Amino acid sequence: MRLATGGLIDRGDAVSFRFDGHSYTGFRGDTLASALLANGLKVVARSFKYHRPRGVFSAGSEEPNALVTLGRGPGAEPNARATMVELREGLEARAQNCWPSVTWDLMEVNDLFAPLLGAGFYYKTFMWPRAFWDKLYEPLIRQAAGLGALSVTANPDRYEKAYAHCDLLVVGAGPAGLMAALVAGEAGADVILADEDARPGGRLNSERLQVGGQPGADWAATVLARLEALPNVRVMRRTSVTGVYDQGTFGALERVGQHLDTRAPDLPLECFWRIAAKQVVLASGALERSVAFAGNDRPGVMLAGALRSYLNRYAVAPGRRVTVFGNSDDAHRTAADLLAAGVHVAALIDARPEARCDLEVPFYPGAVVSQVKGRMGVEAVRVKTASGTQAIVSDCLAVSGGWNPNVHLSCHLNGRPVWDAALAAFVPAPDAVPGLIPAGAAAGVMSTAGCLADGARAAGVALAALGRKVPDLALPEAEDAPYRIRPLWVVPGRGRAWLDLQNDVTVKDVQGAAQENFRSVEHMKRYTTQGMSPDQGKTSNIGALAVLADATGRGIAETGTTTYRPPYTPVAIAAMGAGAQGAGFAPERFTSSHAASLERGAPMIEAGLWYRPSYFPAKGEATWRQACDREIGWVRNAVGLCDVTTLGKIDIQGPDAGALLDFVYTNTFSTLKPGRVRYGVMLREDGFVMDDGTTACLAPGHYLMTTTTAAAGPVMRHLEFATQVLRPELDVQITSVTEQWAQFAVAGPKSRALLSEVLESPLDPAEWPFMACGAVRVGGVAARLFRISFSGEEAYEIAVPARFGDSLFRALVARAEALGGGAYGMEALNVLRLEKGLLTHAELHGRTTSFDLGLSGMMAKKKDFIGRAAAARPGLLAGDRERLVGLRPRGPVQQLTAGAFLFAPEAPATRAHAEGYTTSVGFSPTLGHSIALGFLKSGPERQGETVRLVDHLRGIEVLCEVCAPCFYDPDGGRMRG
Amino acid sequence: MRINCPTCGERDRREFYYGGAALARPAEDAGPQAWDAYLHLRDNPAGRAREWWFHESGCSAWLLVERNSVTHEVYGVALADGGRS
Repeated sequence: MRLATGGLIDRGDAVSFRFDGHSYTGFRGDTLASALLANGLKVVARSFKYHRPRGVFSAGSEEPNALVTLGRGPGAEPNARATMVELREGLEARAQNCWPSVTWDLMEVNDLFAPLLGAGFYYKTFMWPRAFWDKLYEPLIRQAAGLGALSVTANPDRYEKAYAHCDLLVVGAGPAGLMAALVAGEAGADVILADEDARPGGRLNSERLQVGGQPGADWAATVLARLEALPNVRVMRRTSVTGVYDQGTFGALERVGQHLDTRAPDLPLECFWRIAAKQVVLASGALERSVAFAGNDRPGVMLAGALRSYLNRYAVAPGRRVTVFGNSDDAHRTAADLLAAGVHVAALIDARPEARCDLEVPFYPGAVVSQVKGRMGVEAVRVKTASGTQAIVSDCLAVSGGWNPNVHLSCHLNGRPVWDAALAAFVPAPDAVPGLIPAGAAAGVMSTAGCLADGARAAGVALAALGRKVPDLALPEAEDAPYRIRPLWVVPGRGRAWLDLQNDVTVKDVQGAAQENFRSVEHMKRYTTQGMSPDQGKTSNIGALAVLADATGRGIAETGTTTYRPPYTPVAIAAMGAGAQGAGFAPERFTSSHAASLERGAPMIEAGLWYRPSYFPAKGEATWRQACDREIGWVRNAVGLCDVTTLGKIDIQGPDAGALLDFVYTNTFSTLKPGRVRYGVMLREDGFVMDDGTTACLAPGHYLMTTTTAAAGPVMRHLEFATQVLRPELDVQITSVTEQWAQFAVAGPKSRALLSEVLESPLDPAEWPFMACGAVRVGGVAARLFRISFSGEEAYEIAVPARFGDSLFRALVARAEALGGGAYGMEALNVLRLEKGLLTHAELHGRTTSFDLGLSGMMAKKKDFIGRAAAARPGLLAGDRERLVGLRPRGPVQQLTAGAFLFAPEAPATRAHAEGYTTSVGFSPTLGHSIALGFLKSGPERQGETVRLVDHLRGIEVLCEVCAPCFYDPDGGRMRG
Repeated sequence: MRINCPTCGERDRREFYYGGAALARPAEDAGPQAWDAYLHLRDNPAGRAREWWFHESGCSAWLLVERNSVTHEVYGVALADGGRS
């Protein structure tokens, strides 16, 4: 019910919105929660497990009950806290966890079975029969329980990530935070003041308190305006600091676009900030807690401080006849505010027998609320006094069990809060986070004057650490009432008394956990689920802890809290991963022939970040295999062309370039003459093969190393390590030039003819033997030519500066087609190398040695190189290791698969009998059957033997003949020309 | 975590590649035990640690970083090659 006057809402700006299909009106400045209350809605949600009707419980981010789904379709957002959703024109929200509606929910039947559904019920009830768990029990439980549901479609909304740096981060803009920011701001420090509310001010916006002779909310607005006028202060509204990380790094979530009536298309919904701060003032305030008594979850039961927020800030009376129940002076403040707003106070119940009351209300000192009557809302409150119990007709009950300093962020680096018996609450441990100074209510200071002074003090500490002078600022006058509390956690009696409203955890559940010997607070949490889910037990943790302490006969301090972890409030994965959806997930690297390949209809496959053509389809071909076989035929019989730019290219120069190569390769390179190319293998320091490739000597002291596509980055890092850490004395420079050069393989019997047509001077075979390299010119451009072969044919690789790649590729393809060949893709490239038994990272997979690969002969005896010592370990040279072999099917044409295991023909196909595995397979059109590479125990000694290939996953079993890895032209006559 | 690269200044941890404990590579003929220790044995200290970090998304310098493995406080950063290049 909206009050006639008052509040910080704009009554001149009515806002219409929809909840559960009905239209309502609120005012600018309302939250969804305050607008629902203003429209008289009591039931706004259903509980997690029992589907009990629930109403708004708090007025902040700690809300356990009023979770709603915003919007529809792919962008729908579940579990939004109605207390944090600012009302905007056209806002659409729906109640969750109910069917068909929030007021008439069929699943409320669960509540009747509550005796069977206590904490841990599914561990006990659904034990048998075992097979029913997956198919029946778990789906049923999941269907019945839960909070909001995801749309299960990609989220189309925009999110953003951003970074900020500052001298001082002030978390929270209540009296302490505002004062801290003001002092530091006036001192000239670079300050960020972050507050999760749209209207900073903290409790000043919710209380009828004077600060510096003006209403608290006005004082807050004045200070805020002053801060925003300072160029060195950034005020971040709607920004929740969610996590504390190393070295003064903080995560924060800013709500950027949700609250706007219309949002520009480029404006993100939310922005996830990483803030690096030298000092931090934690002014996160305190959170009120409830008291456990029967029916304390009914709609209309709400925290007393929240009720004051609705009264004073939103001008909403959540009830017409309100009972107030508490154990500190807070209850009296609440009753006074109700009277001031003209709302009837049915009773003021103070658990402290010594309490006095100067208000004109029915007053019950030393009494407690033992039960709430009513199902869809509070109808009566049963009060228990020394002389007996009586029912008080009410439609709303304001409860205060005291205030918990909001210590959350002080605990993210594993600090444990300290129990303060006088406050009956935990306070932050000193120095829990380096450079973080708790201040105000977060530090256990409970009066307004105290908070203002403490904020100024904290800023002084921070400024001293920053080496800045503290300005002389007068503190405004404010109330300084003492905080007198008598701890009260539970009112004993019949009926279920709730601790955790969000997870439906009762006092009995926590006691049951203790009975089952889940006595540790962490075990209790996991057994009962108390403190889990979006609210993380903000209003229930300490109460549950007190019940557990009582049930286990320990003190609260001794029982301890559960671990506080980021995020403080829920953060959408979409915000943390902003920009990483779809194509934004990883960068895309394109070769210079990319456009030309796409024009030819080539499907692209990803190779790391690169995109490479899989094959080039031709008319009349139905499958990729037909294209692949055709392209292989071109290379074997005419000429083929392939972009090999993606292979890593590292330029190595300097007097010690040869020495570096000798150190990183197993074989010797310092003897390589200019104009020659050599194949090399490099090891990791543990003796296993890291990568292979060719290195060309372009000139004395100038080499060009090629790496495999996948290892280009790791090899570069490896070389940097070798030159900077292991051999800093070497005079050598290394530079990655992978992207500077476009490189194309020209392979096949007509490759020389093709090149002679395009090069400025024809190729003389005498000057260009196998493994030669040198400078050539093509179309007026200086190019490099290497006579190397990954196909087994006479072949060359020609490299030009990348900007000429596209035109050279097109020219080469045209010539190749005129010679009866054309461009080939990755599929053909793979089969061509497989026919030759050449290696890729399928074989160099990190667990194979030079010995396993048959490359021991390349390990130089007379020099040190990386991996040499470890490669000499006897275990890595044992003959019965799994070593490289070729495999071909015995008998009729059969399919071979990669990743299959190899067994002796008669041995059972079980892991213990495995003798090896396959790594690469393909159909060789040249040979007319499938071929494979693999590793087999003692492989090279078993040529001609039969092994059984078993692929358990695909259900394939084939008898194979073990053969040499090279299937085609083993003498290399074609390659050498 | 942020590392103060001697060439580039203070940079976010994600620009760096972790290179493990900073150990001295044994001589070629140091024997199996020395090589075993270099390859496989780590102190895994909870506290002060000397590590190699590679500024991969920055200046490509390998850095010797002394830091606290518990608090991630960085005590000192130096170029691995001593600023040779």
